[in-house]
Amino acid sequence: MTWGYRNWWLPFQSLREEMDRLLAATWPTFADRLMPVFVRGQPLMNVWEKDDAVMVEMELPGVKSEQLDISVVGNELSVKVDQPDTAKEGVTYHRRERPVGKFTRVVRLPTEVDAGRVEAELRNGVLTITLPKSEKAKPRRITVAAAS
Amino acid sequence: MTQHTNIAKTTAETLPAERTRSGRCYRPNVDIMELADELLVVADVPGASGEDIDVKFEDGQLTIHAHVPQRQPEDTQYLLYEYGVGDYYRTFEVSEAIDSDKITAEYADGVLTLHLPKAEASKPRKIAVKT
Repeated sequence: MTWGYRNWWLPFQSLREEMDRLLAATWPTFADRLMPVFVRGQPLMNVWEKDDAVMVEMELPGVKSEQLDISVVGNELSVKVDQPDTAKEGVTYHRRERPVGKFTRVVRLPTEVDAGRVEAELRNGVLTITLPKSEKAKPRRITVAAAS
Repeated sequence: MTQHTNIAKTTAETLPAERTRSGRCYRPNVDIMELADELLVVADVPGASGEDIDVKFEDGQLTIHAHVPQRQPEDTQYLLYEYGVGDYYRTFEVSEAIDSDKITAEYADGVLTLHLPKAEASKPRKIAVKT
């Protein structure tokens, strides 16, 4: 067990291994196709709203910008992280808690956003994504004309 | 499957003796590797900047304390709030003999890397067997 986000996965891991074993016994290739490397865990996310944008923040220490794949489709934001395991051969690990591997997080945004103007910044291991709201989703102040 | 937030930040169980600032304190995730001539401690402290990290080595105790400023105003209304932002604090008992003068630290991309070189006496030594 060398993956990140292990704790949550543990019971499912043993279940999966059991299923893999059962399937592999009957139909080896089927097992591989049915059980691709799927989401091993989800990095945490904070989301809040500003007047003109939806803000998403994630703590991704050690992740480089080229290991990130951020995309917006409709009102769904997906963040993919591929952080290869840098474990060295022949090194004794006394602790291994830092997550590595691939993970994907998909979140549905509360409003429509302007996908063309989405900005992402990675600083000191913190990813901040600014998703400007599309024109029709912005709050509009309605002035009430006083009837004379 | 309901939504799982599976890597909850752990609150530090041992707090520094006295804290003058309020707010939460979290326990950073670490990797500790033992190499032939040094102990490598890698800690995730996202949000801190290099000058805000205190690393102390005293009486065989290694202490990491990273100050992390709040990034959002306190009254922010979160739509999704899965982690809190606060300082990182963790202490380790190092049993190995360490050459404390030569400890070095680097910080990049939210990751703190500490090199703790082993003291001469505790380095593995190959003894040639005469034939």
